[in-house]
Amino acid sequence: MRGATAAIAGLGVTEMGKVYGRTASDFAGEAIALALADAGLAASDVDGLLVNGNHSEEMVPTLQFSLGFLDLTLVNVMSAFGATAATMLQCAADAIARGQANVVACVYSDVPLREGGSASQSAYSGKQAPTGFAGLRSAYGDYGPANTMYAMALRRHMHLYGTDHDQLGTIAVGQRQWARMNSHAQMRAPMTLADYHASRWVVEPLHLFDCCLVSNGGVAVIVTSAERAADLRQPPVHLRGFGQCAPGDPARSGREPAVHTGARTSGEMALREAGIGLEDVDLLELYDCYTYTVLVTLEDYGFCGKGEGGEFVADGKLGPGGSLPCNTGGGQLSSYYMWGFTPLAEGVIQARGEAGERQVEKHDHVLVSGNGGVLNFHSTAILGREAA
Amino acid sequence: MKPVPVRDADSAPFFDAALRGELMLLRCPACRTFMSPTAYINVPRRPRCPACFAPEPEWAPSCGRATLYSFAIMHQLYDEAFAADVPYNLAVVETEEGVRLSSQVAGCENERLEIGMPLVVTFERVSDDVAIPRFRPAA
Repeated sequence: MRGATAAIAGLGVTEMGKVYGRTASDFAGEAIALALADAGLAASDVDGLLVNGNHSEEMVPTLQFSLGFLDLTLVNVMSAFGATAATMLQCAADAIARGQANVVACVYSDVPLREGGSASQSAYSGKQAPTGFAGLRSAYGDYGPANTMYAMALRRHMHLYGTDHDQLGTIAVGQRQWARMNSHAQMRAPMTLADYHASRWVVEPLHLFDCCLVSNGGVAVIVTSAERAADLRQPPVHLRGFGQCAPGDPARSGREPAVHTGARTSGEMALREAGIGLEDVDLLELYDCYTYTVLVTLEDYGFCGKGEGGEFVADGKLGPGGSLPCNTGGGQLSSYYMWGFTPLAEGVIQARGEAGERQVEKHDHVLVSGNGGVLNFHSTAILGREAA
Repeated sequence: MKPVPVRDADSAPFFDAALRGELMLLRCPACRTFMSPTAYINVPRRPRCPACFAPEPEWAPSCGRATLYSFAIMHQLYDEAFAADVPYNLAVVETEEGVRLSSQVAGCENERLEIGMPLVVTFERVSDDVAIPRFRPAA
């Protein structure tokens, strides 16, 4: 178990979704300003900046210059795709423990949506130049390769274990119920299981409501020492443990990283460091680019056996009033899509006890997951109300 | 018009072989492990063998036989050139050499696709100098 070192002292979440005419760096600046105000800190207190590298050309080291930060002693762009956020927190916590930095801003921002364009015409659509092997994909009509590859991962799981759409739909419906209590959520209209089944196929077996949103916006958190955080405006959210696992090559026979993900190793590592067991986890904020991601992550963390995820979620235990609250702000499926900062932001709100109507009663330990690529990269962070 | 792949340095041997009706994979000169020509979705380069870390994988032909590892049915229309094709399949096949490739199943209705079904490579000439591999159900 690590010593009590670092805590999240501030959170900033900008307006989310179809917000046009703004740049990624503009959203990043606003998110950091909101997080600093939340913490009761000033921009001049910031001596570390960690940027979640993504598709945006603005999420680069020179973001420091765009935002005007001076004399930083920790600055980096980090990326393991959607599995980055927990590792950014870990890097910030380690730097704080070593005395390298005192107040570290960690930020995610992007503007993939274009005015007048649908999500399938966003910067994530995957329409590529017809060159080389990418051209071969285009020749097959394999656009939006993330959707395609996740659809194939889900098809494997269905084939091996009999997972069905009623079970997946329960995840989507539960998260929508949570989103209805979140003013930041993009999708707040009621959703029934029948609505889920009626939603169009994107890439079968993925319905539209199996897939996450696409959002413009920014999220930032401020990490500082637990000691300093205790004197700031908000209740500190302690960083208790971290894990990461990237299983690697999915194109070799005998390996199945999209069915047996890195969550297993990453989760064990994070819980061990936090000094708690699965039974101590009060709520989950799981990366949910697709409903399937939630299901397979629950299995690999050990909340149920491999292949039992469908049956496990079918009783609605992840939704409001359920025994294992999960993605309590609506997640990427129903609230907004900021890679790993979607589950992280809601984890902070819940750990503080500031989630209002959707607040989970017992919130001592929150497990936050990150997932990148097609289940190729995984990270875990354990947030706690107490330092140990 | 559907996109026609344009050769680049990484893919030229693959497309040249496809014109001859050969499916090329990469193989490690040291341990003879076969590997897919791409390291990730759109990452073409494989400088090292994933089994033994030896450098300079070489092109080597596949026997062309495979099984269906998984598949998806594309309903979304990203490009008008595919309007007559939706819903169409996209597939990952596993060749006898133990390599998974992103491809398509040809000559099979969507309803008859089944994980594990035996397949054999087939090539379609899509322009004067480009042919693309797909996999059809084995007889």
